Amino acid sequence: MKAPLSWLKDYVEIDVSAEELANKLFSCGFEVEELSYLGSKIDRVVVGEVKALTPHPDSDHMQICVVDCGEEHGREIQIVTGASNVYVGMKTPCALDNSVVVESNPAVLEKNPDAVKKIKKGKLRGVESFGMLCSGEELGINDDFYPGAEVDGLLDLDKSAPVGEDIRKIVGLDDWIFDISITANRPDCQCIFGIAREVAAVLKKPLKQPNISFTAKKTSAKPITVEVLAPELCPRYVGRYVENVKDGETPAWMRRRLAISGIRSISPIVDITNFVLLELGQPMHAFDADDLGDRKIVVRRAEQGEKIVTLDEKEFTLTTENLVICDGKKPVALAGIMGGLNSEIKATTKNVFFESAKFARDNVRKTSRALGQSSDSSSRFEKGVDAYTNEFGMSRALHLIEELGCGSVTELCQDVCAVSLAPRTMTASITKINALLGIQVPNAEMQSILERLDFKPQIDGDKLTVEIPGYRDDVDGYPDLAEEIIRMYGYEHILPTFLDSARVTGGGLTDEQKRELHLKNLLCVQGFSEAYNYSFYSPKDFDLMKLAPEAEERRAVKIRNPISEELSVMRTFLAPSMLQNAVRNIRRGNDEGREFEIANVYFPMQENVQPKECKRLVLGIWGGENDFFDMKGAMERVAENFHVTFGLERAKKSYLHPGVSANVLLDGEVIGSFGELDPAIALSLGLDKKVFLGELDLDKLLQKDDGVVYTNLPKFPAVERDLALLADEKLTCAEIEDVLLHSCKYVTKARLFDVYRGGQVPEGKKSMAFTLTFTPDMQAEKAFTPETLDGFVKKILGNLKFKLGVELR
Amino acid sequence: MQTKIESLRAEIETAMEQATTGRGLYELKVKFQTELKGVMSGMKDLPKEERPTFGKIVNEFKSAMEEKFEARAIVVRQMEMEEKYAKERIDITMPGKKYTAGALHPITLVKNELIDIFAGMGFKVFEGPEIETDYYNFTALNTPKDHPARDMQDTFYLAENLLLRTQTSAGQIRVMEKETPPIKILSPGRVFRSDDDATHSPMFHQMEGLVVDKGITLCDLQGMLAEFARKMFTSSTKVRLRPSYFPFTEPSVEVDLSCSECGGKGCRLCKGTGWIEVLGAGMVNRHVLENCGVDPDEYTGFAFGMGIERIAMLKYGINNIKTLFENDVRFIKQFEN
Repeated sequence: MKAPLSWLKDYVEIDVSAEELANKLFSCGFEVEELSYLGSKIDRVVVGEVKALTPHPDSDHMQICVVDCGEEHGREIQIVTGASNVYVGMKTPCALDNSVVVESNPAVLEKNPDAVKKIKKGKLRGVESFGMLCSGEELGINDDFYPGAEVDGLLDLDKSAPVGEDIRKIVGLDDWIFDISITANRPDCQCIFGIAREVAAVLKKPLKQPNISFTAKKTSAKPITVEVLAPELCPRYVGRYVENVKDGETPAWMRRRLAISGIRSISPIVDITNFVLLELGQPMHAFDADDLGDRKIVVRRAEQGEKIVTLDEKEFTLTTENLVICDGKKPVALAGIMGGLNSEIKATTKNVFFESAKFARDNVRKTSRALGQSSDSSSRFEKGVDAYTNEFGMSRALHLIEELGCGSVTELCQDVCAVSLAPRTMTASITKINALLGIQVPNAEMQSILERLDFKPQIDGDKLTVEIPGYRDDVDGYPDLAEEIIRMYGYEHILPTFLDSARVTGGGLTDEQKRELHLKNLLCVQGFSEAYNYSFYSPKDFDLMKLAPEAEERRAVKIRNPISEELSVMRTFLAPSMLQNAVRNIRRGNDEGREFEIANVYFPMQENVQPKECKRLVLGIWGGENDFFDMKGAMERVAENFHVTFGLERAKKSYLHPGVSANVLLDGEVIGSFGELDPAIALSLGLDKKVFLGELDLDKLLQKDDGVVYTNLPKFPAVERDLALLADEKLTCAEIEDVLLHSCKYVTKARLFDVYRGGQVPEGKKSMAFTLTFTPDMQAEKAFTPETLDGFVKKILGNLKFKLGVELR
Repeated sequence: MQTKIESLRAEIETAMEQATTGRGLYELKVKFQTELKGVMSGMKDLPKEERPTFGKIVNEFKSAMEEKFEARAIVVRQMEMEEKYAKERIDITMPGKKYTAGALHPITLVKNELIDIFAGMGFKVFEGPEIETDYYNFTALNTPKDHPARDMQDTFYLAENLLLRTQTSAGQIRVMEKETPPIKILSPGRVFRSDDDATHSPMFHQMEGLVVDKGITLCDLQGMLAEFARKMFTSSTKVRLRPSYFPFTEPSVEVDLSCSECGGKGCRLCKGTGWIEVLGAGMVNRHVLENCGVDPDEYTGFAFGMGIERIAMLKYGINNIKTLFENDVRFIKQFEN
C-alpha cells in the first residue's frame, strides 16, 4: 500500500519527519517497506524567469537566455537553450551548474529506466551556458502532475511560481511515499484514509474526516431497481443515480493524487471512482445508466456458458461459480472485477448509476483466478471490503460529483443489505486483558488508546465496554483488544518472564527420534555426509530409473498445481534423488563421495485420504576404489546400529546391476536393496565413475528396541586359526560360512580375508582364506590347547568336505 | 700364561672398540669366551702350586672383560638407536592420514541445537505428517476457506482436501487434540510453498513451538525467546517484539533479534536497522484452543515458528538458500564436527 505524505496530511497534522513517522508506524504494526522521496532524482533545479533572449551567433535554432534564478542562485544566469517555446517573461525550471535531472534520452532509459543526468556549465557552439532550462520530461512528470508537463519544449510554469524556489515544491515532487505492508487482518488500511486513522492514533492527533456531504435532488427519472439474487456472494449493494453528467477536465489536485499512485486521468466520473478506491478503499463502478436495459440491476450467479465482454475488450465464458451484475437482460459487469464494455462511461454519457458493494472475497478471488482477469478493484475485494465503507465510499463519491460539478446527485438510492449494520458492542475484563499480556496497562492508557482507535471505550471497574468501529471486521474477542492496546502502548513494555505460573514438563526426544539421530551420527563416521533433497521430483526420474510402466514406484502422489513438471510427483523412493546428487557432485569435480538422506516417501491411498508416509534411508557412494562391499559394509553397520542382522538375496531392481545388487531382509521380509547403479543408466548419464545406491525402510528398524545386552567376558582368550580352502567356483561365501559357523559350537566368527584364483588353484576352483575365531565357554576351566583346536578344525574340515566338497588347500 | 692373557686382553679390547653393532659385540664375546677357554685349558699343565694364583688372575681377567663388554654394549645399543633414529627420520610436513568422516547437514545441526535448547526447557518433540488435510493446516488454525491469509501462502494441493503442509503449525492441533495441558511441544519438519526464486525454496523446514497452560502470558513468550536467542546466538543477543498478524495467534508478533554481525549498530546483513527478522509468534488464538477442545477461559498459551534454513543461514553466514539443497559434498563437509 503506497501512501503519499502530502495526502495523509489532508487528514492528520503530521509534525514529525517522514523517517520518524515510518518508525512510529512500524512500532504499531505497519512496516514501511520502502520510504522514498518523490523528488530524489532532481537536485539543484529552481524556478527561473527568462529576462532576455538573443539569437545564438552560430546556430539558427539556439538562443541565449538571461535567466533570473533569485538572489541565492544568481539574477543573471546565461543559459543556451534549443527549445523553441522559450519567451521573455517565461517561468521555467532551471537546472543550475552541478545539478541533476531525469534522463530523457530513450536509448539510455532503455538500459536503465531510473537513469539521471548531471548538468554542468559548458560551451554550446562557443557560447557559455551555466545550466539548462528543463522540460517536464526532464523532471520525470506528466500532465497529471503539472499541467503542460507533456508539452514538447520547456515546461511553462504558472506565473505565480516564485523565482529561485526549489522546483520540486512547485511541481509536486516534494513528497514522501510510504510503501506500507498491510497484514491480512487489516483490509481497512488498504487505503490512504485507513493509514491516516492509524497515523492519527499513533501521533495522538485528531483525525479530519473526508467531506461526505451532498445534496440529493429530486428527479423525474424512473428509478433503477436493484435485486440481489445471490446475497451470500453480495452481502450489500448500494446504488445511486446521478444525472446531467458532464464530461470535462478533472481538477489538477485530483489528477496529481491519482498520478502519484500511478493512475492516469480518464474522465471526472472514472477519476472519482479511482480516487475513492485509493482514498477510502471502496471499489466503485459507474454504469452508463441509459445502457441498463429495463432500468434494472440484478446481482446473480452467471448462467453456465454465459458470456461477457469486459472494459478491456476481453470476452469471458462464465460458470455458475461467477457472480455477475446484470440489467434486465444481460450481464453488464463481472462483479467486483471489471465492468462490461456494453455499459461503460463514454464522453457522451448523460446519466450514471454508481455501484458501491461488498462482494464475498473468496468468490472474487476464485473468479479472478479462474478467468485470469484482475483489477485494482478485484485485488481490493479479495482482501475484504466492509459494509460500513460501502456507504461511506458512496457518500464520498457523491460529494466529489458535486465538488467537481460533473453531475447532479439525485435522491434515487438503492441499498440492498443482507448483513446487520448496527454497531457491534463488546465487553471484556480488564484483568483478563492484562493477564494475557502479563503486565498491568494503566486504565487511563487503555481508555486513551481505544478512544484514539475509535472504539468508544467505557470502563466500569473491571468491565471494559467498547463499540467496534464499522470498518474493523477483524475484532471479535478480548485478545484483539489486548493487541490493539499493546501495539499502541508499546511492545517495549513487555518484560521477559520465564513461565512463572506454568507446571514443569518432561521434554526431549522419543526413543525413535534418538535412534534416528544415532543412526545419522553413525553414518557420518562411515564417511557419509547428510543430504537434503526436495520431497518431489520429476516423472522423468522414473524413466531414468528404467521403471516398468506398471512398477509400484510409479504410483505416486501428484501435486495438482506444481511449480513445474520437474517438481510434480511426491517421492515414492529416494534413490533417484541420491543418484542426482551423485551426478551433480561428479560433474562438479567431486570425484569420490558418500552421502545419505533420511526422509519420507509417500504412497497414495484412496481419494482424499492422507497418503501413507514412510521413513526411508538412502545411501549413495560414488567414485574412488569403492565397490559393492563398501556399500554392503555400510548396510551391515546400519544393522549393527539396531542390533539386528540383515539377510540377503539377489535383487531384481530396474536401476541396479542385476549381478551386483542385493535385497535386504529383516525377519524374512524385504526392507530394501542396494547395489551398483545399472551400467546402462550410468552410460546414459555419461558417468565415468561407478555409483552405488542403497535404500532401506526405516520405520520397522526404528521400532527395534533390543538395546545392548551385556554378557560377562570369558576367562580365557579367544583363539584364531586361519584356513585356506579350495572351493568350487559356484559356491558362495555364505554357504561356506554357514558350515564353518555350524560345525563347532566354539566358532563364534568366520571371516573371509582372501580369495585367490590361478597359480596352483585348478580351473573352476577358488581358494578362499578364512579366519575362524574360537571362543571358550564362560565356564571353561582352561584355555584351548593346540590339540583341542586341531580336533575342532578336523571336524570342521570333515563337514566342509561332506557337505560342500570343500577341501583344505 | 700371563702373556697369553695380556695379548688376548689387547686383542679383544681393540676389537671391542671397533664393534659398533650388538651383533658384532655378541660375536666378539663368543670369541673371547672360546679363547678364554683355551687359556684355561692350559692351566692343567701348570705346577699344582701355581694353579690357584693363575686361577685368580684368570677369574679377575674374565670379570673385568665382562664388565667391559657390558659397558660397551650400552654404548653400542645407544649407537644403534642413533642410527635407527637417523634412518627413520621422516618429513613431518607430509600430509596426515585421516579417516574420512561425513558431516551432518547444517539443517540437522540447527534442528538439533534448537531441540537441545527447548528440550532443556521441557519441550517434547512431535513430528506430524507432511501431507496434511485442509482442516489441520488451515481451518483448525482459524484460517477458513475465504480467509485472505490463505493468500499469504501458496499452497501445493494434492486433492480437494489434501495439501503439502505449508507450516508446522498443523502439528499444534494434532497434539492439542490428544493431550491435555500443560503442553510444551516442539514440532520440526519439512514444509512446502509454491515459491521458487532466489530467496525462496519450494521446500524448507520450520520449527514450531507451543506452550499451553494456566496463566501463560506474552511476557513468558518474550522471556522464552530471549533465552533461545542467547543460547542460539550470543549471550548479548536482544529480542524485539513488534505487532504482526497470524490467523492462529492473537496478539501476533514478529520477533527480531539484534544483528549478530554488527551487534545492533547497523550493517549490510541487517540492512542498517540493527535488527534481523527471525520468527513469528503470538498468544494462541482462542478459536484455535476451542477447535482442539481446550477451554480458552481456563488456559492460555503461546506459539512460535521459525524457519530452520533462515537460522542456519544467519548462524553460518550462508547467503543463498539454494546451496542448502544442492548437496555438494564440499559444502556439507564444512559442517563436520
